[in-house]
Amino acid sequence: MSSTSSTVIQAMYNDDDILMDAVKETRAAKYHIEEVYTPFPVHGLDKAMGLAPTKLAITAFMYGVLGLGFSIWMMNYMMIDNWPQDIGGKPSTSFIYSMPAFVPIMFEMTVFFAAHLMVITFYMRSRLWPFKEAENPDPRTTDDMFVMEVSVNGNEKELASFLEKTGAVEIKVTEKH
Amino acid sequence: MYKFSKKLKTFSFALMVVGIIGIAWGFMNAPSTIEESKDTIAKQFEAHGAHGDADAIDAHAKDAHHDAAHDEHVFHQLQNRPWSALYVAIFFFMMLSLGVLAFYAIQHVSQAGWSIVLFRVMEGITAYLPIGAVILFVFLVLSGMHMNHVFAWMNPELVDPNSPKFDQLLFDKKSYLNVPWFLIRAAIYIAGWIWYQRRSRKLTLALDKAEDGDLTHYKKMMGASAAFLVFFLVSESMMSWDWLMSIDHHWFSTLYGWYVFAGMFVSGITTIAMVTVYLKSQGYLEFVNDSHLHDLAKFMFGFSVFWTYLWFSQFMLIWYANIPEEVTYYVQRFDEIKVPFFAMVVMNFVFPILLLMNSDYKRLPWFIIIAGVVVLLGHYIDVYILITPGSVGDQWKFLSPEVIGSALFFLGLFIFVVFTALTKAPLKVKGNPFLKESEQFHY
Repeated sequence: MSSTSSTVIQAMYNDDDILMDAVKETRAAKYHIEEVYTPFPVHGLDKAMGLAPTKLAITAFMYGVLGLGFSIWMMNYMMIDNWPQDIGGKPSTSFIYSMPAFVPIMFEMTVFFAAHLMVITFYMRSRLWPFKEAENPDPRTTDDMFVMEVSVNGNEKELASFLEKTGAVEIKVTEKH
Repeated sequence: MYKFSKKLKTFSFALMVVGIIGIAWGFMNAPSTIEESKDTIAKQFEAHGAHGDADAIDAHAKDAHHDAAHDEHVFHQLQNRPWSALYVAIFFFMMLSLGVLAFYAIQHVSQAGWSIVLFRVMEGITAYLPIGAVILFVFLVLSGMHMNHVFAWMNPELVDPNSPKFDQLLFDKKSYLNVPWFLIRAAIYIAGWIWYQRRSRKLTLALDKAEDGDLTHYKKMMGASAAFLVFFLVSESMMSWDWLMSIDHHWFSTLYGWYVFAGMFVSGITTIAMVTVYLKSQGYLEFVNDSHLHDLAKFMFGFSVFWTYLWFSQFMLIWYANIPEEVTYYVQRFDEIKVPFFAMVVMNFVFPILLLMNSDYKRLPWFIIIAGVVVLLGHYIDVYILITPGSVGDQWKFLSPEVIGSALFFLGLFIFVVFTALTKAPLKVKGNPFLKESEQFHY
């Protein structure tokens, strides 16, 4: 047993509503939830687990501003600086007078940057990359089962019977590295 | 049951009194002869001179366009000023309740689960519609009787082939744009809206008293709402051509109905949110939680963006195509009324998008109030810009007693009617099968 490993109980549930109630009860009983694995995003689970609010939204805003800035620079470079063109008699030597035509591009770039960079940030924060080995303890959590992992501090029996009462259909004690 | 507080009632009466004074000032100061109108303009130029703009007066005095036709034109514009200000206020507050009525009908047709606890607030706001729409109709009749020249096309000389003012383009539109048919159409729209407003109110009150599980009224409500929405989509579009677009009678835009609808909808939803926050602050609506507020604020945010999208779409296509008869509309607005024109975009787009973007801020009542006040002011300016350049031209004056007075008078009337209607029925509906879902609604 290495020094970083710890004993955890994995309680398995077959319904997201039961899981939500179990998470609330477990937290109320002052047990420490390590992680919850679900086959799909469960609405409100982060709040029930007491996780800190996500900062992803703020990064999305910043990426959007970055995309807006980039598109302004790009359109100015393409259409005004590098190769001014006369399109429909519109003045092509002034950014501000041609600006209405650039607004759709500015909008699309804002969305493009915000969406793609946010997804990439999400993958990096969740340590996900191609060919990564799955971390979920049981393959069934990708299908129809929910697993709540609770850390054990010498109270194995008591914890197991508590979790059984919250509606767990299967309970497993295991070492985690 | 809600009780109309004395303080708010006094406040609404005070608004009406101040408003009447402003409106009266506007009518008394409008010129009644061309001579008076010339005086007013001359005074304006003297005032300019005091600012050290002497060259401009000289240039203007020598200007050849100072002929009789021009004098008459300016005279009509100055005469229009109090009428136009009144029309902006009449239309804006009618539009608030009409927007809410459409939102309310959508809730019924879509069988929305979240909004049931807000139904009585919406019904309170739509109670203004019969009054507001009838006042508007009276205004249109007065215009038809040539009491004012807000609708320049109503002038019979313009369609008289023997008149020097004959306007071929307007003559071609005569079969649609003529006073009797215009008023008949207005009467049809208004009758349809009032019918649904009355009917829906009757049905929800009946549903309140119905036995448990009796859904006959609920089903009737769904049918009435669906019928209304079909009627509304057509009548709203035509209403916007008739009552707003015809003021600039040579100009046309195919997107206009949607544009007016977007402004109407976002202002209506903002009004629902603000009335809800007010009632909650007075200790009512304890069953409305912050998730309901959150959803209203999401709608405010979303429809502000939607409005901007339409505002820009209309502008960009016209700007890009650059067809003379279309661009004049924007040239006039850029030249003559630039500051309100762009201030409105900031208030209706930049401000709400930055203020209401954060999810947590959408649940803070005072954020909703701040955003709501700015959005409503912004859309008031929007309506002002839809109407004024066509009726008053460059003689517009936004911060003047008649504009502020008209707004305050109808705000007072609106508050009085809406909160009186709120006292008439319990603030929570009964009998709706989704009521429980709405009460437990959480994000």
